[in-house]
Amino acid sequence: MQALLLRQLTKTYKNGIKALKGIDLEVRQGDFFALLGPNGAGKTTAIGIITSLVTKTAGTVEVFGHDIDRELAVAKSCIGIVPQEINFNQFESVSTIVVNQAGFYGIDRRIAKQRAETYLKQLQLWDRRHSIARALSGGMKRRLMIARALMHQPALLILDEPTAGVDIEVRRSMWEFLRKINTEGTSIILTTHYLEEAENLCRNIAIIDGGRIIERDSMVNVLRKLQAETFVLNLRVACASAPLIAGFRAVLVDDHTLEVELTKGQSLNDVFAQLTAQGIQVDSMRNKVNRLEELFIRLVDSGAQRAALGAHPVTSGVAP
Amino acid sequence: MSGVASRAAADWVGFKTILIREFGRIVRIWAQTILPPAVTSTLYFVIFGSLIGRRVGQVGGHDYMQFIAPGLIMMTVIQNSYGNVVSSFFGAKFGKHVEELLVSPLPNWLIVLGYVTGGVIRGFLVGTVVTIVSLFFTRLGFAHVAVVVSSAFLTSFVFSLGGFINAMFAKNFDQISWFPTFVLTPLTYLGGVFYSVKMLPGWALAASRGNPILYMVGAFRYGFLGTSEVSLRFAYVIMIGAAVGMFTLAVVLMNRGAGIRE
Repeated sequence: MQALLLRQLTKTYKNGIKALKGIDLEVRQGDFFALLGPNGAGKTTAIGIITSLVTKTAGTVEVFGHDIDRELAVAKSCIGIVPQEINFNQFESVSTIVVNQAGFYGIDRRIAKQRAETYLKQLQLWDRRHSIARALSGGMKRRLMIARALMHQPALLILDEPTAGVDIEVRRSMWEFLRKINTEGTSIILTTHYLEEAENLCRNIAIIDGGRIIERDSMVNVLRKLQAETFVLNLRVACASAPLIAGFRAVLVDDHTLEVELTKGQSLNDVFAQLTAQGIQVDSMRNKVNRLEELFIRLVDSGAQRAALGAHPVTSGVAP
Repeated sequence: MSGVASRAAADWVGFKTILIREFGRIVRIWAQTILPPAVTSTLYFVIFGSLIGRRVGQVGGHDYMQFIAPGLIMMTVIQNSYGNVVSSFFGAKFGKHVEELLVSPLPNWLIVLGYVTGGVIRGFLVGTVVTIVSLFFTRLGFAHVAVVVSSAFLTSFVFSLGGFINAMFAKNFDQISWFPTFVLTPLTYLGGVFYSVKMLPGWALAASRGNPILYMVGAFRYGFLGTSEVSLRFAYVIMIGAAVGMFTLAVVLMNRGAGIRE
């Protein structure tokens, strides 16, 4: 069963901007799916169409088999949305916001109040249930939107940059919560600019750029396609110039920091062997950027080049 | 989705939730919603009723104070019904929390009906307050209670719809104050609230006949005083016609997503 099925989804705004150029996408039931792309790529437009906040120009959208053109109310009932921008009434209390949202989905008020307690406790907002929403911190507002989206217990939860502007501790607790509800059966689609987040949470991924899907695969397969990685080595003793490491590109950033690029098939053992032979000791090592981030940048850059040449986007099968 | 009996039952819960939210808003900002009409109407009764009214004498066979009381109540109902929906719905658009409703499975006609009923509730609340205030200044009978209630309901419904349609098209706060200031208030003041249209010269009387508020105020006044300057049947045709036509228009605009969907 597909939680979400998009076929040739197209959107041209009144000002002529083609935000989506016929995208096809499948998200399986139970999946934790990342939809990535640079700003203006079409992610929010696609989510807007799925949640009926944006009118599509062409194509079809099915949510758990329910076509939004024929069974809009049923399709909407299946979706919970956590938008990018704060969109609750900032003058209402936390509990009023979540209980009312349940009511809009037809949930009886008594049940809604029980669920409000459950979700507000799980998202550490129960103590603030009587607070006016605008008095909450940024992280609390984000968690409130997640609690609100879950009140009707949707089968598909769509999160549009849910951790933007949230500190690391809160972000990690939100990750744990999202993992938990995914394990319990909720399908999740996540857009984020924190690619570490997507790499940690998501099993499958699509990258959208310029209104087209330029990559669609399992996270494991996508990361395998990474052709090169840059590692940052912290040197114990200062070096005056970059050591010569045969077969590798090495750059001395400062006298204690060396960046080494490894292409696919090369081994870190070779790097360390050569450095050891030269008497250079390494204290610690890390990736220069997150692996997915590196791949993302390469894909988006090559996608732009392909678009300029008029070539078709690259897509491949999604792993279960 | 669990916890939902059927689509109709779910829609009913959704409708009640909109009403709870709208009523909560009216009560939460009572100093903006309930208090000002009470103060304003008291001033109207003191100035136009007690001070000027004594010199005017009788109008249409009634004391001037008795004559203007239904008009002042109806004027308050019109302004508050319109004002409630235009500010609530535009506020929801501006603050983006209208999206809470737009992403929900509630049908558009029910969203319109929910907001409009919220406007009617405020119209009746302030109408009741102004009626109570008027009783401190004059004796007010209820010649035809059904006419009082039905004409107030229909008028409130029509102007709540007006506020809703205005809010759909409005892009900024100027655009929600333009219509009430330059259209609604003049039409209300010229709709026979303070005077009998029979006092007007021929051309002004003919022009007033084109003002729908004249018929609404006329029907409402008939409910209190038992006499009317307008055809009651024609007044109901106008009120029901406007209610049906504007409700249809509001739902069509919602279905098209005018001003709310890209």
